[in-house]
Amino acid sequence: MSAFNAIGEDRDIDRNEFTPGLEPQPTWCPGCGDFGVLKALKQALPEVGLTPEEVLTVTGIGCSGKLNSYLDTYGFHTIHGRSLPVARAAKLANDGLEVIAAGGDGDGYGIGGNHFMHTARENHDMTYIVFNNEVFGLTKGQTSPTSPKGHTSKTTPHGNAKSPIRPLSLALTSGATYVARTAAVNPNQAKEIIKEAIEHDGFAHIDFLTQCPTWNKDARQYVPYVDVQESDDYDFDVTDRQEAQEMMFETENELYEGTVLTGRYFVDERPSYQDQKKELGEMPEEPLAERYFDDDAEWERSYDLLDRHK
Amino acid sequence: MSDHELIWRIAGGSGDGIDSTSQNFAKALMRSGLDVFTHRHYPSRIRGGHTYVEIRAAGHDVQSRGDGYNFLLSLGDSFARNPQEEAYYGNEEIKPLAENLDDLREGGIIVYDSGLVSEEDVEALNLEERAEENNWHVFPIDLRSLAKEHGREVMRNTAGVGVTAALLEMDLEHIEDLMEDAMPEKILEPNLTILHDAYDMVQEEYEFEHDLRIPKGEHDEEQALLSGSNAIAYGSIDAGCRFIAGYPMTPWTDVFTIMSQHLPDMGGISEQVEDEIAAAALAVGASHAGVKAMSGSSGGGFALMSEPLGLAEMTETPIVLLESMRAGPSTGMPTKPEQGDLEFTLYTSQGDSARVVFAPGTVAEAYEQTRLAFHIAYEYQIPTIIIYDQKLSGENSNVPVSFFDREPEPTLGSIATEDEIAEMPHDASGKFHRFQHDVEDGVSPRSLPGQKGGRYLATGNEHTPEGHISEDADNRVAQMDRRMAKLEAIREELETEHESNQTYFGDETADFGIITWGSSQGAVQEAVARLNDQGHAVKAVGVSDMMPFPENEITEFIESVDQAMVVEMNATAQFRGLIQKELGRYGDKLTSLLKYNGNPFEPAEIVEGYEVNVDGGDAEPTAQVRIEPAAGD
Repeated sequence: MSAFNAIGEDRDIDRNEFTPGLEPQPTWCPGCGDFGVLKALKQALPEVGLTPEEVLTVTGIGCSGKLNSYLDTYGFHTIHGRSLPVARAAKLANDGLEVIAAGGDGDGYGIGGNHFMHTARENHDMTYIVFNNEVFGLTKGQTSPTSPKGHTSKTTPHGNAKSPIRPLSLALTSGATYVARTAAVNPNQAKEIIKEAIEHDGFAHIDFLTQCPTWNKDARQYVPYVDVQESDDYDFDVTDRQEAQEMMFETENELYEGTVLTGRYFVDERPSYQDQKKELGEMPEEPLAERYFDDDAEWERSYDLLDRHK
Repeated sequence: MSDHELIWRIAGGSGDGIDSTSQNFAKALMRSGLDVFTHRHYPSRIRGGHTYVEIRAAGHDVQSRGDGYNFLLSLGDSFARNPQEEAYYGNEEIKPLAENLDDLREGGIIVYDSGLVSEEDVEALNLEERAEENNWHVFPIDLRSLAKEHGREVMRNTAGVGVTAALLEMDLEHIEDLMEDAMPEKILEPNLTILHDAYDMVQEEYEFEHDLRIPKGEHDEEQALLSGSNAIAYGSIDAGCRFIAGYPMTPWTDVFTIMSQHLPDMGGISEQVEDEIAAAALAVGASHAGVKAMSGSSGGGFALMSEPLGLAEMTETPIVLLESMRAGPSTGMPTKPEQGDLEFTLYTSQGDSARVVFAPGTVAEAYEQTRLAFHIAYEYQIPTIIIYDQKLSGENSNVPVSFFDREPEPTLGSIATEDEIAEMPHDASGKFHRFQHDVEDGVSPRSLPGQKGGRYLATGNEHTPEGHISEDADNRVAQMDRRMAKLEAIREELETEHESNQTYFGDETADFGIITWGSSQGAVQEAVARLNDQGHAVKAVGVSDMMPFPENEITEFIESVDQAMVVEMNATAQFRGLIQKELGRYGDKLTSLLKYNGNPFEPAEIVEGYEVNVDGGDAEPTAQVRIEPAAGD
């Protein structure tokens, strides 16, 4: 018998279940793209058959970090840049959980860049949503890793000398097995992409363009957007690494030229980290967390390891 | 115990197999009925460089390295750099012999591999003259040729052990048994031949003028030889820890590798990750999801854990962290012991500290306190840290096998089951009150993700009972007070429900006290025994509870003496500072004996420190140990 009976529970799901019945109401600015992520998630989760208490949403710090304050699941609002190591350990401890990590572009591509690279490389079975608004919003508009070259802000009064990071290319090169970009202004595509990401077995990275009407007024509002799967102008195979890479490169360039390209960029069937670890005998088949509730579990003792010391 | 003891020092190059040879020899001594204690000295270098392991063996209780030593087996350094004249590191080939002479006692034995060092270099040491002055017995033996005759040159270690056994008139039986256990068939035969050849050669060709013989002893029960790192790992396993995350760093790597070797076979998980920030964050994530988890590092890596450590305090996520100190600051001296990270470990991370810190003093205490660390962490939902050092990490001593024959404790502590959650407070939208204000001992039972009815938000922000971010003043005070109240409850539990973690030695009526902490305990214990034997009224306490601090015990100890000397391995008297901070007085009663040259205390240095304190005088006990006077002196 499981100690975690919310997991895999078979019941009808009311789509309002993911909306907290009481305060807090979101404190995001009017017109903020973050509302779009929240809405898309609330729609996607019931559609893939998940209930609030089998989902763990792990966030970093920033406007995006408030996501799990406004989404009714188990939540862990961690520290700046560290959502991924917390999230992936929770998944290792209990792989029955649906784990979704989220943070901003500064959180994920800046301070947490090392974790992003390695979590993608290891291909943990989880979803990672990066709210990309090309600016640090919570701290009032400083230049971020995805701000365009020349971006002026209080920390770059003469303009940003740095070229922006390439989030899609970075995810691909690092080893992510599902890479997509969507935009808050494109809710239907966003919902579908989130569903695919959740159902994907492996590390699914969504670069989610979230307009910031307060601190990034000059930036495009990510309209009009183009869905690279639906447009006749683009034709590439998402399972072909080479073609995906070229399409990502173009997409990343075009964003700063005024064309917002979105869609699925790469899908790969490489086994997830959990599966690989299990195959090597480095991880138990049953969720480790269950063992602590199993009255019949036999716990090994150091007493039985002492022969080597005698 | 110095009346009849062997302190055998095997010296050579790092990478010459000194460690494994000494390990086997120490076990052979243990099996023959002796108590043993090992001390490892090695350079922070990839290969080569002078290294030695010291094995102290006697018929009864050995708690520390000794003063100097009485048997040198110098094997030469096969990875020695070939220096130009006046290179700052000097001639390395001769170092295993040259650098060990100062500590060798009168009447001691020197065996050196004449096949590896040049006669010129030996002459330059004035060895003959010094041997005469100190009544040393010198045996230049071509161990390399002895080894090559039946096997390979690297087997000269075995030849050295054979020579040692012969000179000490020690039976080969236990050594042979251990070689059989440890060596694959292919190399066993030549090694056994070399062992016997060396043994017979010494017996036939040399007349013994030395007095030193193998001590005799007998154990009442079977013993195991373990390091502090083994004990910490085993304590973790027996506490039900099945998740470790880490990044390699000396000396913490020892525990990390021992755990990684065992956990997968025990249904557990070990994760080597991108950095120490991730390592500590993984431990937090795993524990949050319902697993007993640990991480750790040494100074520099532990610095990266500061932020996840604070997150664990704020979200009340139980974790156990290890801080395996080495000499700092910065990269410092990576393979040398120091107790310089105490203040850092107690206070690192922003805000008021809410953590528990234990500093075990011996291998057995390392096991006990690690188990206790998991118990406290999971009952009180608080990070617990074991602070130790390169010395305790690597030193081996024998512990009765029966010590480990006890039940594991794989409980998750103060969690609520789904049935219990159903009976507990929720808000109107169904969120679980994970952080209730008014609960016994400040502990509010936690739910785990995936449990029905238990959803809440864990956050590093200040938060309401259901986890909502809040800056409400009343809530803030209630939550802070509750979290801090856990420390008081833990102090109470440690005082009333467990045997004290502090260890007391010496003459209870004494009016001079010595206070020490962590791994310096063994040397203090022996120094006190020696002073008591000489008729001095001295007592000591080895303190393990760093936070919460054992106020009552230490107050009582200090009140019972006229003067106390605090012994620790750092330059700024950090533990003395902690005592004064916690007790708010005694600045004029406490002196310090400090050592920070990269080597642990020898008992004689503590004896001298006592003499200077009591008899006065300006002299520092030795060139590299410093006395810090009491305030006002």
